[in-house]
Amino acid sequence: MKAGGRTRRRRPPRAWLGALPLLVFAGLCFGLPAGALLYGAVTRTDPASGTTELTGEHLQRSLQGPYLTSLTGSVELSALTAAIATVFGVLIAQAVVTSRRGALRGAVLTASGVLANFGGIPLAFAFVATLGISGVVTQIGHLDALGWNLYSFTGLTVIYLYFLIPLMVIVVVPALDGLRPQWREAARNNGATAWQYWRHVGLPVLAPSLLGGFVLLFGSAFAAHATAAALVGGSVPLVTLKIADALSGNVLVGQENVALALSLDMIVIAGLVMAVYLPLQRRSSRWLH
Amino acid sequence: MRRARPRPRIRANSRAVAALALSTAALTALTACGAAPEEKAETGAKGVKFTEATSAADFGGFDELVAAAEKEGELNVIALPPDWANYGEIIKSFQAKYKIKIKSETPDASSSDEIAAVKSRKGQKRAPDVLDLGIAFARSGAAENLFAPYKVTAWDKIPDSQKDADGRWYNDYGGYVSIGCDAARIKNCPETFADLLKPEYKGKVALNGNPTKSGSAFGGVYAAALANKGSFGDIQPGIDFFGKLKKSGNFIPVESTPATVEKGETPISIDWDYLNAGYADQFKGKGVDWKVSVPKDGVYAQFYSQAINKDAPHPAAARLWMEYLYSTEGQNLWLKGYARPVLLPAMTEDGTVDKTFVAKLPAVEGTPTFPSSEELDKANTTLSENWDKAVS
Repeated sequence: MKAGGRTRRRRPPRAWLGALPLLVFAGLCFGLPAGALLYGAVTRTDPASGTTELTGEHLQRSLQGPYLTSLTGSVELSALTAAIATVFGVLIAQAVVTSRRGALRGAVLTASGVLANFGGIPLAFAFVATLGISGVVTQIGHLDALGWNLYSFTGLTVIYLYFLIPLMVIVVVPALDGLRPQWREAARNNGATAWQYWRHVGLPVLAPSLLGGFVLLFGSAFAAHATAAALVGGSVPLVTLKIADALSGNVLVGQENVALALSLDMIVIAGLVMAVYLPLQRRSSRWLH
Repeated sequence: MRRARPRPRIRANSRAVAALALSTAALTALTACGAAPEEKAETGAKGVKFTEATSAADFGGFDELVAAAEKEGELNVIALPPDWANYGEIIKSFQAKYKIKIKSETPDASSSDEIAAVKSRKGQKRAPDVLDLGIAFARSGAAENLFAPYKVTAWDKIPDSQKDADGRWYNDYGGYVSIGCDAARIKNCPETFADLLKPEYKGKVALNGNPTKSGSAFGGVYAAALANKGSFGDIQPGIDFFGKLKKSGNFIPVESTPATVEKGETPISIDWDYLNAGYADQFKGKGVDWKVSVPKDGVYAQFYSQAINKDAPHPAAARLWMEYLYSTEGQNLWLKGYARPVLLPAMTEDGTVDKTFVAKLPAVEGTPTFPSSEELDKANTTLSENWDKAVS
């Protein structure tokens, strides 16, 4: 909001009708599933009699034992990969933005667009073929002697970075483009070192985009499922894998409600991340106006 | 910078109308579900409704059943992968034999997906007619009253321990937990669970998924339990065994698939014998020499079960499909896919079994025994609580 903003134009009556299709669509496609999820997470239906009652049992179970471990495992993996990808993404993007070659920029952005959307089983198998136990790179570089194991927390971290770093590049390039060269020149003319320029001008201006990027990456990593499922089965506890096990397996029966409760936990965690991010962003976006 | 363009003047009224029209269109598009029109339930020659027929006799005989099923002309099946237990050929043969078109939906669905489809499409034309389920789901589905009781002609030949007394589900085919091994890459193929602990198999042993989700991986852990002084009531030794295997570096948690087998990433894979034996055929001439053995120290067999959806949109075709699966022809087709059909002992006795297929099965000693429902539930609970801890 700009201070002393223009007077608001009076909206014609019934203008909200124009937004109605969007509201209906959002209500159906987002509200209904979320409502069903909430309902399933806090109720229990007795299969024999068909009666439904309120219960906190599913939520309680979703915060215990292996389910709790999977939640913390997911948060750890997502936070770690998002943080690393934020740093590397910004460095690569800055290199691209400051390079004088248009071709390089085009190539990097195109490649990032492709890689950011590379996921699921194909990605898992690509890594198995290159960095798995009998993978090409593993064999040539004798990585197993160095203790490399793709099927571990570390292995998953590397794979997640493979699509998170390009995603960060895409997100942050426009923001870096927005840093005006005049600011740097002004800082230099006033005797600022490069470090001082970044510390007092560059990073504060970029902060909202960096934070936003981090939140986006965290969400991407947090919600990823197929790659991890194909690679580590149950050996790295992740909440998305637990939800899949409980929801659609051939082994466990009657765990659907716990799966819904786990999904609710995920929504809460995502909400908490946003709750931390929004005030920070508001604080740091002051410099942009 | 947006360029200022002269905007066409639309009267607020007509805009509101357009908005309303749009949202109505969106609503109808989203709520148009394929609800089946209410039909009068068909009845057979004996006045029994098709939906309530519990045997071919209720239709007035087998020929009447065929006629009724062909009149329906369609059958919805779900979760039947064509390369699993020879289902591809079974579906083809059934379509060729009877004038019925099979709609095969989501071949890779899991048992819980099947049950969800039955519940969520109640009364719709797209609901699955027949189901092929993991045993735990067959039992829980029967308890929830989702299946129609029906006894096929061969009902009496199915062993009592492998059927629901009312005929709401019965076992169809199964197999033993086996160790598949690529002899082209492994010098001495392991033949027992004890063998798997040898240091030479470092980074080579895989399951086909996570045992809390995949039925065959669960079978693998159960068999390992039996091999390590466990029992049907005590799966923990199996979990500990894989924990030990993980610690030694022999066990890799990657899900073994035809792709990982072919690449040599999972040169030793614990899986159902019918799937492993199928791999052997599939990889002939591709540089993979896939050997299958059923470990003597942990013999565990598991069968899947068939059931008819109580609200099947094609009740007669569903029952004819069951008759076909439990006919000599259907059972031999499963056998051709290396799966052991439930009537195998009976057919071996009366000589209707196809001996060429029997000869190809991996050798097993003794007769299989099965865990009770309670034991299965207990094993599932133990596994879901302790598996992660053991292998992470």
